Amino acid sequence: MKISFWLNGVKREEEVAPDTMLLEFLRSLGCSSVKRGCETANCGLCTVMLENRPVLSCSTLALRVDGKKVVTLEGIQKEAEEFGAFLAGEGAEQCGFCNPGFIMNVFAMLRELSNPTEEQIKEYLAGNLCRCSGFVGQTRSILKYLQYKKSQEEEA
Amino acid sequence: MKYVNQPVPKKDAMALVTGKPVYTDDLAPKDCLIIKLLRSPHANAWVEEIDTAAAEKIPGIACVLTHKDVPKKRFATAGQTYPELSPYDRRILDEHLRFVGDPVAIAAGETEEAVDKALKRIKVKYRVETPVLDMHTAKDNAILVHPEEDWEAKVPVGADNKRNLASSGTEGMGDVDEVLSRCKYTVDEVYHTKADQQSMMETFRTYCYMDYFGRLNVVSSTQIPFHLRRIVGTALDISPSKVRVIKPRIGGGFGAKQTSICEVYPAIVTWKTGRPSKIVYSRYESLICASPRHEMEVHVRVGADENGIVKAIDVYALSNAGAYGDHSPTTIGLTGHKAIALYRNLEAYRFNYDVVYTNVQASGAYRGYGATQGIYAVESAVNELAHKMNMDPAIIRERNMPLEGERMYAYDGNITHATSCTMDRCLARAKEMMDWDAKYPCRDMGNGKVRGVGMAMAMQGSSIACVDVGGATMKLNEDASYTLSLGCADMGTGCDTILAQMAADCMETEFSNVVVFGVDTDVSPYDSGSYASATTYATGNAVVRACQELREKICKLGAKMLEASPEEADFDGKTVTCGEKSVTIEEIAIQGTCGNCQELQVTSTFSSTMSPPPYMVGIAEVEVDKETGSVEVVDYAAVVDCGTPINPNLARVQTEGGIVQGIGMALTEDVQYTEKGKIRNNSFMQYKIPSRQDVGDIRVEFESSYEKSGPFGAKSIGELVIDTPCPAIADAIYNATGVRVRELPILPEKIAMGILKQELE
Repeated sequence: MKISFWLNGVKREEEVAPDTMLLEFLRSLGCSSVKRGCETANCGLCTVMLENRPVLSCSTLALRVDGKKVVTLEGIQKEAEEFGAFLAGEGAEQCGFCNPGFIMNVFAMLRELSNPTEEQIKEYLAGNLCRCSGFVGQTRSILKYLQYKKSQEEEA
Repeated sequence: MKYVNQPVPKKDAMALVTGKPVYTDDLAPKDCLIIKLLRSPHANAWVEEIDTAAAEKIPGIACVLTHKDVPKKRFATAGQTYPELSPYDRRILDEHLRFVGDPVAIAAGETEEAVDKALKRIKVKYRVETPVLDMHTAKDNAILVHPEEDWEAKVPVGADNKRNLASSGTEGMGDVDEVLSRCKYTVDEVYHTKADQQSMMETFRTYCYMDYFGRLNVVSSTQIPFHLRRIVGTALDISPSKVRVIKPRIGGGFGAKQTSICEVYPAIVTWKTGRPSKIVYSRYESLICASPRHEMEVHVRVGADENGIVKAIDVYALSNAGAYGDHSPTTIGLTGHKAIALYRNLEAYRFNYDVVYTNVQASGAYRGYGATQGIYAVESAVNELAHKMNMDPAIIRERNMPLEGERMYAYDGNITHATSCTMDRCLARAKEMMDWDAKYPCRDMGNGKVRGVGMAMAMQGSSIACVDVGGATMKLNEDASYTLSLGCADMGTGCDTILAQMAADCMETEFSNVVVFGVDTDVSPYDSGSYASATTYATGNAVVRACQELREKICKLGAKMLEASPEEADFDGKTVTCGEKSVTIEEIAIQGTCGNCQELQVTSTFSSTMSPPPYMVGIAEVEVDKETGSVEVVDYAAVVDCGTPINPNLARVQTEGGIVQGIGMALTEDVQYTEKGKIRNNSFMQYKIPSRQDVGDIRVEFESSYEKSGPFGAKSIGELVIDTPCPAIADAIYNATGVRVRELPILPEKIAMGILKQELE
C-alpha cells in the first residue's frame, strides 16, 4: 500500500507491503545508520524518532509511519557530530555498530530530561545494549556533553 | 613522543558516530542474492534423502544446494596459521548433522520471501541417532561425533576422532602428588563454566561477488582476512589465489569472527551462480550455530605451606568442543598455562586435559581463549585456600605473584622468567582504590543487604610466540603524507588508530598526516590477524620496523638530492640535513615520483620468539540481597600492566568492556540445553548480557611497566581484561554470604539456596 510521511524533513510517498518492518523499510530508503542487532526488541540498535519519540523500528510496521515524521541519524548529522565527538573523546564509540541507536536515544532522553542524573541516564538508556564499551565510557561522554551544553548556555 | 601514550580519538570515529554506511551489509550490492540455511532440528542425524525440486521452482530462487553439491573436502573454520592445530572435520554441507542447527541446505534467491518459502519446500528424510550430549561421558563413548574416515588432524594434538577427542594432553614438572601431600593446606575442587556467547552487536555477515578477472571477492566482517582466503579456497576446493578478502568496518568480534562462521555459504553460491550474494546471520543463528567459549569443568588441586607459599598446582580441564574442533586444541593450552604461571614458587605442577566432541554447538574463540576458564578456576581455588588458612587473599597473592625477573612456570610464551611486570604495584594500587583493608571481607548494610569484596590476578599473552606474524607497509606519498597499510583487522578496538599513532611518532609527523588502509588481501601486507592479543605488540613492532627503514630510504634519497653521502644525512621529520645543506620532506616526496629509482615504501614483518604477558589485578565489590540472593556489582577496581598504553583512552575502554563481559559471564550469561540438545538461550531475552543498569562503578588504572621487546614499551591488552571478574565476583559473594558457588553463572537462586542451606545447618 502507499504511504506518505516525512523522512528526515523530506516528504516521501512510498509503496510498502503490509508486513514490512520500519527497520528494513528505512534501510531500503538508504538510511543505513538504522541497524538490527536482534529479533526480540532487546538491543536498541534500531532506535529512530517517530513524531519526536524514540521507537524500535524493528517492532514498528512501516505503514504505521503514514502521515508522520520519522527522523534517523541521517537527519541529525550535526547533532550526531557534536555529541559523537564526546563519545569518541572517551574512545567509547568502539566498533560503532550500536552508536546510531544509542545516539538517537540520547537525544530522545535530552528532549525529556534537561539535566538527567547518572541514575536517570542508566534507566532511560537501559534498552540500548553495547558489548564493547562496558557502558561507563558512554555515561562519561553524556555527562561531559551535558556540562559542555550547560557552559554554552551560560555563555549565551 | 607526541602521539604515543596520548588519548587520540579513533581515525574512524566520525564515520561511526554519524552512522555512515561502513559495515558489510551497508556496502553489499543491492542485487545480492539473499542466502539462508536450512538447519538440522536434530543433534545427531543423517540426511537419508533430500529433495529440493519444489524449492527450486519458486520464482526468484537461484539455487538450492545440498551436501551433494559441495566439495567432499574437509577443512577447519578456525582462523589459525597453517597448518592449523584445529582438526579438519567440517564440510560446507555434510550428510551427517552433528548438532541442532548444523546446516542441511543452502537456499539463495532474489528476495527474502522467496528464500523463506524455498526453505519450507525442501523435503528431508532424516535418520535420527542418539546424540552424545554429556561431556563427561563423551570420551570413548560408543557413539562417535566424527566417525568419518576422512577426518584429519594436521598436527599431533592428542586428537582422535574414534575416541571423541578433539585434543588431549599432559604436561608438568615434578611430582605433584608428592608435593601436595607435604602441603599443610590444600584445596581440591571442581569449577564449571558455560559456553558463553561473544554477542558482538553486529552478527556474522558476508557478501561475495565475482570480478572481471573471474576471481571470488569476499567482503566479510572478519578478524582473519588472510586465513579466510585460505579457508574459503580449501572449502571450495579452489586455489586461494582465486579468492580476495576485504574487511570493511566490523561491528565487534571478541574472537567470534576468528572463525569463518558464514563466509563459505555466499562463497559457494557466488562461485556456482556467478551472481553476487550475501548472508546475514540472525541473532538467533548467532546464538545457536556460531562459536562460543568452550564450556569447561576445571578440577584444581592446590597446596601451600604454613606461610601461604603455593607449592603445587594440579589442573585437569575437561573442555567441551561441541560438534566441531575449531580452536579446541589451542584454547585448552591457555587454561593451564596462563593460570598456573601466576604462581612463581611452585615445586611441582601438572596440567592434564581432554577436549571432547559432543553433539552441541561447536565452540570457538572468545576473548581470553581458555585462560578465562583456567584463571577463574585457579584463582577461585587460591581464594578458597586463603580462607582455609585464615589468610587475607591479598597476602597469599603478594607472596606468590609473578615478579619482574622471577621464575615463571608453565607459561607457553617461550619465557621462563617474567619480563616486564608490575603485578605487585597492580595489587597494591587496586587494594588502595577499593580500600580493601577496611572492606574485606564484608560489611552488613543493615537493610538485609551485605557487601563483600573479592579479588583475582590475571595474565594473558602478547601474540602467539613463534607463530603470529604482524605486517605493515609504510609509504611516502607525493604530497608528503604517509599511507600505513595493515593486514590486521580493526574490529572496533582502534588498532588502526594506535598503529597510526606509532607511525606518526616514528616518522616525526602529524597524526593526521598518516592515512591508514586495511584490509584487502590483494594489497595489504600479510598479517595473521587480530586475535591472541597480537596486534599492539606484533603488528606494532612491524610498524616501528617499517618506519625505521622508510626513514633510512628518505635519508638516502635526500642525501642523493643534496649530493651528499647518506651516512651524514639526518632526518627530523621535516627536513633531511647533510651538513649545511638541507632538503624538505615535500621535496623528497616529489622527487620520489619523478625520475626516481629509490622506492619510498617499506613492508615489514614481525614475529616474536616470546609472548610477554600483560598483567592485571581486579577487585569486585558486590552487594548481595540475603533474602533473594540477587547480586549487584557496585564497584570494580582494576589495575592493568600492559606496558606503555599506546592510547590510554582506548586501553581503558578495552578494560571496562572486558570487565563488563566478565560480569555477564559471572552472573547472568547462561547456556542451557533441552534434553534433546537444543539451546534454550537463543535470544537476548534468554541469553542475558549485561545492560548498563547491571553495571556499577568501574574504575581502571594503569601501572605501566616497560616491555623492552614491545613497540614503545607496549604489550597487548585485548583479552586479559575479561579474566578477573569471574573469580573476583565469586569470592566477593562468598565473603558477603559464606556461600561458595562453583558453577557459572552465579544466579541469585544458587546464592539464595546456599543461604537457606546454611540456615538449615
